Amino acid sequence: MSQTKDVLISPIFNNNPIALQILGICSALAVTTSLNTTLVMCIALTTVCAFSNLFISLIRNHIPSSIRIIVQMTIIASLVIVVDQILQAYAYAISKQLSVFVGLIITNCIVMGRAEAFAMKNPPMPSFLDGVGNGLGYSVVLLFVGVIRELFGSGSLFGVNILPLVADGGWYQGNGLLLLPPSAFFIIGLFIWLLRSYQPEQVEESDFDIMPQSANTEAHHA
Amino acid sequence: MLEHYLSLLVKAIFVENIALAFFLGMCTFIAVSKKIATAVGLGIAVVVVLTITVPLNNIIYGYLLQEGALAWAGLPDVDLGFLGLLSYIGVIAAMVQILEMVLDRYMPALYNALGVFLPLITVNCAILGASLFMVERDYSFGESLVFGFGSGVGWALAIVLLAGIREKLKYSDVPDGLEGLGITFITVGLMSLGFMSFGGISL
Repeated sequence: MSQTKDVLISPIFNNNPIALQILGICSALAVTTSLNTTLVMCIALTTVCAFSNLFISLIRNHIPSSIRIIVQMTIIASLVIVVDQILQAYAYAISKQLSVFVGLIITNCIVMGRAEAFAMKNPPMPSFLDGVGNGLGYSVVLLFVGVIRELFGSGSLFGVNILPLVADGGWYQGNGLLLLPPSAFFIIGLFIWLLRSYQPEQVEESDFDIMPQSANTEAHHA
Repeated sequence: MLEHYLSLLVKAIFVENIALAFFLGMCTFIAVSKKIATAVGLGIAVVVVLTITVPLNNIIYGYLLQEGALAWAGLPDVDLGFLGLLSYIGVIAAMVQILEMVLDRYMPALYNALGVFLPLITVNCAILGASLFMVERDYSFGESLVFGFGSGVGWALAIVLLAGIREKLKYSDVPDGLEGLGITFITVGLMSLGFMSFGGISL
C-alpha cells in the first residue's frame, strides 16, 4: 500500500518531472496565460499519460524491443487524437486557444519518458498510478505558474475578476510582463529555486567553485 | 512573390522564433545547450529535418488528409483530418530514420558529427510543432518549405546563443538553489524578452 502511495505522490514534489527532470516544459510555458487553458491542458496531459502507461504496460510483454518506440508513439498519438477530438466537440473555444499544444502532447517527454522508463517494466496498475502521479506533478507546476500569471497579470482567476483593474475603475494596475511569454521562464526559474531551497538535495553541483580567500593569497604574492 | 517568401523567412527566424516565442523544443533546448559545439551540431540537424519534414507533411496534408483532398482518388467526401497527428509523427519518425541511414552511407563525417542527436530529434516538439503550425496557417508548398527552413534556423540560432551564454555563466557564482536549471530558465526568459523586440518589425 505504501508503495502505491509512493508511486502516486513522489513525482509531485520529490521527483517532479518539470523541475527536476526537465521534461515536458514546452507546453508548460505556452498555455499558462489563463487558468482555463492551463487546467484543460493539465487534465488532458494527465489522462494521456495515465492511459498510455496503462495500455503500454498491458502489452509490454508482447512488444518487440526493436520497434518499441514506434509502438509507444502510436498508442500515445491515438490517445492524443481522442483527447483532441473530445476537446473540439465539447470545448471548442478552449481547443482553439490551445491550438497546436494539444497535439504536442505526443512529443511531450513526460509521456514518452514514463512509458519507456516505468510502463515497460511494471504491471498495469502501478503504471497507471505512475502516469497519474507524473501528470499531477506536471499540473502542480503548471497551475502554480497559471495562477501567478493570471492573478497578477490580468487581476482575475478563471476569468472571474479578483483584483479590480485600474482600467475598470479599480485599484490594481495589471502587470503586463506576466502576460508576455518570457514571464513563464522567470516564474518557473523561481519555482525551481523555491523547491530546491526546500529540498536542498536537489541542488546541482556547480562546475567551478570560487576558492575561499583567493584574493588574500594573491595579495601575499604581490 | 519573392518578397512574400523573404518576409516569411525573416518572420520565422526572428519575430516568431519557434524556441523563444512558442517555447517549442524546450526539453532538448535546455538539456543540450551546455557546449557551443554540441549546440551547433543539434542546430544543424534540426534545420535539416525541419526543411524536409514540413514540406513533406504539407504534401500529405494537401493530397491525403484535408477535407476533400482525396478527390483525385474519386472520394471527394472523405475527411481524414483526424489522422493528422498520427501521420505527421509517423512521417517525422520515418524521415529521421531514413536520413540517418542516408547520412551513414553517403556522408559519414556529418553522420558522426550529428551522432546521437538525430534520433533525439523525433521527440523534439519543435519538429512536430512546425508541422502543426503549417497546417493551422494553411501554408502552400512553397511557403511550407520556407517556413520549415526558417523555423529551423531560428531554433538553431537560439540554442547556439544560449550555449554561448551558458559557457560564460558556469564561471559565475550563482545562489545554490538556482544553480544549473533555475538560472538557465531565467537566462532563456531574458533572451526571449530580447527577441520580443523583433516584434516591432513590420514586413
